[in-house]
Amino acid sequence: MLVYLLCLLLFSIGIYCILRKRNIIKIIVGVIISEYAVNMFFVLVAYRMEGRSPVFSPESQIENMVDALPQAVVLTAIVIGLATTALLIALAMRIYDKYGTFDITKIRELRG
Amino acid sequence: MILQSTSLPLFVVLPLAGAFLVSIAGKKIKAFPDLMGSLTTFCVLVLSLVAVRTVNVSGVLVSSIGAWKPPIGIAMVLDGLTAFMLVTVNLVAFAIAVFAIDYMEKFTSKWKFYTLFLLMLAGMNGVVISGDIFNMFVFLEIASVASYALVAFGTERQELEAAFKYAVMSTVGSLFILLAIVFLYSYTSSLNMADIAGVLLEKGTGNIVLMISVLFIMGFGLKAALVPFHAWLPDAHPSAPAPISAMLSGVLIKSLGVYALVRIFFSIIGLTPEISSILMSLGVLSMVIGVCLAIGQWDFKRLLAYHSISQIGYVVLGIGLGTPLGILGGLFHLLNHSLFKSLLFLNSGAVEYSTGTRDLKKMGGLAKRMPFTSGTCLTASMSIAGIPPFNGFWSKLIIILAAVQAGRYGFAFWAVLASLLTLASFMKVMKYAFFGQLRERWSQIKEVPMLMRLSMAFLALLCVLGGLLCLPQFNQIFLEQAANVLSEGTEYASIILQRISQ
Repeated sequence: MLVYLLCLLLFSIGIYCILRKRNIIKIIVGVIISEYAVNMFFVLVAYRMEGRSPVFSPESQIENMVDALPQAVVLTAIVIGLATTALLIALAMRIYDKYGTFDITKIRELRG
Repeated sequence: MILQSTSLPLFVVLPLAGAFLVSIAGKKIKAFPDLMGSLTTFCVLVLSLVAVRTVNVSGVLVSSIGAWKPPIGIAMVLDGLTAFMLVTVNLVAFAIAVFAIDYMEKFTSKWKFYTLFLLMLAGMNGVVISGDIFNMFVFLEIASVASYALVAFGTERQELEAAFKYAVMSTVGSLFILLAIVFLYSYTSSLNMADIAGVLLEKGTGNIVLMISVLFIMGFGLKAALVPFHAWLPDAHPSAPAPISAMLSGVLIKSLGVYALVRIFFSIIGLTPEISSILMSLGVLSMVIGVCLAIGQWDFKRLLAYHSISQIGYVVLGIGLGTPLGILGGLFHLLNHSLFKSLLFLNSGAVEYSTGTRDLKKMGGLAKRMPFTSGTCLTASMSIAGIPPFNGFWSKLIIILAAVQAGRYGFAFWAVLASLLTLASFMKVMKYAFFGQLRERWSQIKEVPMLMRLSMAFLALLCVLGGLLCLPQFNQIFLEQAANVLSEGTEYASIILQRISQ
């Protein structure tokens, strides 16, 4: 139970970071943290108590394996997260070029 | 000619291959990106028209990827709703690809634009055709990531700011969607949509399904820009180049937001009265607040972006009613909105192309110098404001009738009111931009090039003829097929699973 709560805590920290921080880099870090929390939660969902890795061989008995599908799926989710993060950082760099600051309260030309 | 189930992946593969080829050869051969962009979108458009026929002739098609039979492997599903969305997406994409040939000349590295454009198209087609919920998420992310980059395409101050805001908010939306998928998987142990729906029918719905529903509404609501989640749209859509604004407002928020929302709540989880009221309330809220915010705008594209929020409200209200007539009206409005809103964004792009400004106060009398743009813009404005006989009138009429029929008089009233306000704000656009005195500084501007005019004429023609889809002959083969899929609700599971076992 504790691990799930810690996972939720991690997710909340990430969302807090996105909502409350003023620095663009910290917002990106918040996105990364909450992404990891979701990925970790997906792997936790698939875990079985005392489970072993889901590798099949003729000698071993099929019992108590962890669920293999979420692990494959999470890999994909991590790659997507990588693409998003790379793009966010590229945008942050270009914003710094144009505005000379990472502070989002100073980057406010669009409103209304 | 009808499609076989093995040819379903083509809807994703063709744009993806186009994007790949443009990215390797587009830099060296000058005309290659233009040609590839138009050719690919045209091929996919033809394929999706064939898909409509296929659905009418042979019913639902299911294709399994990689020889794993669903529900274990990944499935692609073609049913009435999918065919309808494919036509909507690819029709608009084709018109935009033609428009972009001339419009994008003023940007450097056009090939990057086409690469991202085709990538986004692949993502959207993938979302629509996928029968596997995680696969849908992956395609959704492909389309989203491409759209972040496209919003920032001009790399000026405002574009970057808008793109960053959009990227962060949309990523959070995606996280909620992924979280919902995790919960759904932990409850049903499956990722195949039909299988999930079947398991949910068997196991019944408890609190966890409520939680999943909330997460999905938050996630897809963000993607569809429904009102409490709309803050990114008025920044992101105007900042992109005009063809991309047209694409984002015209089809991206619909295929990623509305389609996914509707597919999950109607076909998988099943529409309960509570969810129906939530959807309707969100729809009415977006409808009214969007149009109220739009009236005060002076930036042409920003005004249009606020109207997208408002019109999405109509779509969600119609579909949320849950009655067959309401669903039909909602889907019809979805198609119509994608036509006239992309036309309006192309018009704004044409004006910007000729005059270099988006500020309505600085324009005036452009109808004299740009009769063609003005004419098509008038058509689109009348369509969006719901003036007969243009297509927008019919779909709004059906939605309002459906609301009255369902006994929701309040919602019908708000829909009529929002329609009147839309009319008011487009009268403002026409008055300030195209009618009145021609200003001195615009006396030398020229009408836009041929291909841009062609693409605008194509969309305007569809806006005029769109109302014909109400006729029983057309309705039966196109709209009703899509509406039936939603009316059937969770029978989706048994239909698809039966197709798989054949």
